[in-house]
Amino acid sequence: MNAAVIVFPGSNCDRDVEVALAHSMGRAPLRVWHRDSDFPQVDLIVLPGGFSYGDYLRSGAMAARSPVMREVIARANRGVPVLGICNGFQVLTETGLLPGALMRNAKLKFICRDVYLKVETSNSAFTGGYAEGAVVRFPVAHADGNYYADAETLKRLEDEGRIAFRYCDPRGRVTAEANVNGSLGNIAGILNEKRNVLGLMPHPERLADAELGGTDGRAMFDHFVRVLH
Amino acid sequence: MMPALPAGAQRRKTIPLKARIHVTLKNGVLDPQGKAIGHALQGLGFAGIGEVRQGKYIELEMAERDPKRARESVEAMCRKLLANTVIENYSIEIEGG
Repeated sequence: MNAAVIVFPGSNCDRDVEVALAHSMGRAPLRVWHRDSDFPQVDLIVLPGGFSYGDYLRSGAMAARSPVMREVIARANRGVPVLGICNGFQVLTETGLLPGALMRNAKLKFICRDVYLKVETSNSAFTGGYAEGAVVRFPVAHADGNYYADAETLKRLEDEGRIAFRYCDPRGRVTAEANVNGSLGNIAGILNEKRNVLGLMPHPERLADAELGGTDGRAMFDHFVRVLH
Repeated sequence: MMPALPAGAQRRKTIPLKARIHVTLKNGVLDPQGKAIGHALQGLGFAGIGEVRQGKYIELEMAERDPKRARESVEAMCRKLLANTVIENYSIEIEGG
């Protein structure tokens, strides 16, 4: 398996996700700069977290229109798996590859802490390493993670089983108190219609090594190696 | 010999139009920042304030001389970049020409 990590000016989780991928893949992923309009074929494209283009205009807005994204969008539409973490999720909604938008957190604060997530579907390359209904602990670090979509879009996401993760309490209860940022339906991550694009606000790569205090993120990266060739 | 034009005059000659764009959240989309501003204003003693909505204001200078074409072009800019039409509305004023 090989993978590419797209690097924008202001990305700051590119190294973390590279380390997590390299650990599972046994080889380093490619780094692709935002100005590159072409790059070798890969089995997985990752849009890392950070503050691409300083969050100017809207989080992810500038990155979504960068030269490399034209190629990422074309490949996503051909079925290549694309994972967007945090700012990467914001970029994916800005491109329209994923529906809805990520707005300022309901309490207006930058939130940086571990949260619990309920895995809502195992049916994707990203979530197949987890049991449906499992509770995992991933860190969040964002100011704009408040997921919004109109009622019709939300219903579609629900009906098509495209909600991948929801904020929950340690026992897996999806409650208002566990909703860190005000997201509709406690949504922390969603899939596109073809299930080859996942965006999520929490950071699986930050808890993918016991040395860093947890390994719940590891199953996502290990599963890629099993299913993506 | 002609005296040199002041910088402003030269500018007006080549950039005749200005677009003023307001980007606001759609009705029904929660605006926590607007809400916080409303609370702060109340805290400062300003009474009788209803809902507060926060938005963005963007000003563009354009080389285009035809106001109709300028508006069309700014419309496209709003749809493609300046506004996220999932959550935002925009309004455009073209000035000059």
